[in-house]
Amino acid sequence: MASPQPRIGVVTYPGSQDDRDALWALAALDAEAVAVWHEERELPDLDAIVLPGGFSYGDYLRCGAIAGFSPATEAVHEFAEAGGLVLGICNGFQILCETGLLPGVLLRNESLRFVCRDVPLIVERDDLPLTTRCTAGRRLVLPVKHGDGRYLPPPDLDPAQVVLRYVDNPNGSVGGIAGVCNAAGNVMGLMPHPEHAVDPLLGSDDGALLLASLVDAAREQVLAAI
Amino acid sequence: MKATVLVRPKPGILDPQGEAVGSALGHLGFEVHDARIGKVIDLELEAADEATAKAEVEQMCERLLANPLIESYEVEIVG
Repeated sequence: MASPQPRIGVVTYPGSQDDRDALWALAALDAEAVAVWHEERELPDLDAIVLPGGFSYGDYLRCGAIAGFSPATEAVHEFAEAGGLVLGICNGFQILCETGLLPGVLLRNESLRFVCRDVPLIVERDDLPLTTRCTAGRRLVLPVKHGDGRYLPPPDLDPAQVVLRYVDNPNGSVGGIAGVCNAAGNVMGLMPHPEHAVDPLLGSDDGALLLASLVDAAREQVLAAI
Repeated sequence: MKATVLVRPKPGILDPQGEAVGSALGHLGFEVHDARIGKVIDLELEAADEATAKAEVEQMCERLLANPLIESYEVEIVG
């Protein structure tokens, strides 16, 4: 039997920018990538969901705050609470923090400058749906491009929830944290952009390790349902 | 009824914008020890009385206008 192709949704909000790149990268990694519009309260049948980068609702009030109340985000909330796989990239990470699906908050970069460059990262955990193709301690190079990426964890953050750390902190994040997951491990967020690093022509294909891990995990969901 | 919400970064939260403004004021010759930057949100709403309006605006703060992890808020009903 051919291995099933998992269906992964990418939500487009007004102001999303990296939704098409995420759809392209997931399709290149052999997922069926499905565009989801922010007004959809009923999601199609999906095995994982990606909230992409960009500036949803112009980043008004606080980054990700208004997208947290979109109909599609409410549906994503229910999907995540039922154990569904959810990944937030950059603005998607900010949205997941604002809705409370992930701990902490992302604040203005300490330098007050927008940072846009490739940064080295260390994988802290290799047992998550996002990291199974890596080994803990592995170094990845991924691009960051954000003005509000300074991660502030809640005082009681379990260190086991840290997924990725910066080698050279580009934004003042506490503990150099670049990505976290929820306690159950099915909801993950990161500021760097794996979808912009899936081909050596783009400068790095390390992002493919993360997204292919997600595609693997989504495929396991399909197999479990058969 | 009109309400004003003041949202402030909580003590201990690094506020690089405030620091930048504080240092710019220093360059202008003002002696400023600390500057912190928050937001003002003016609202007009329907409510039976001031107490109801205040309770409702506090709900708005909890759910959207402020992030309790990093911000505190004050609600003033201005009649």
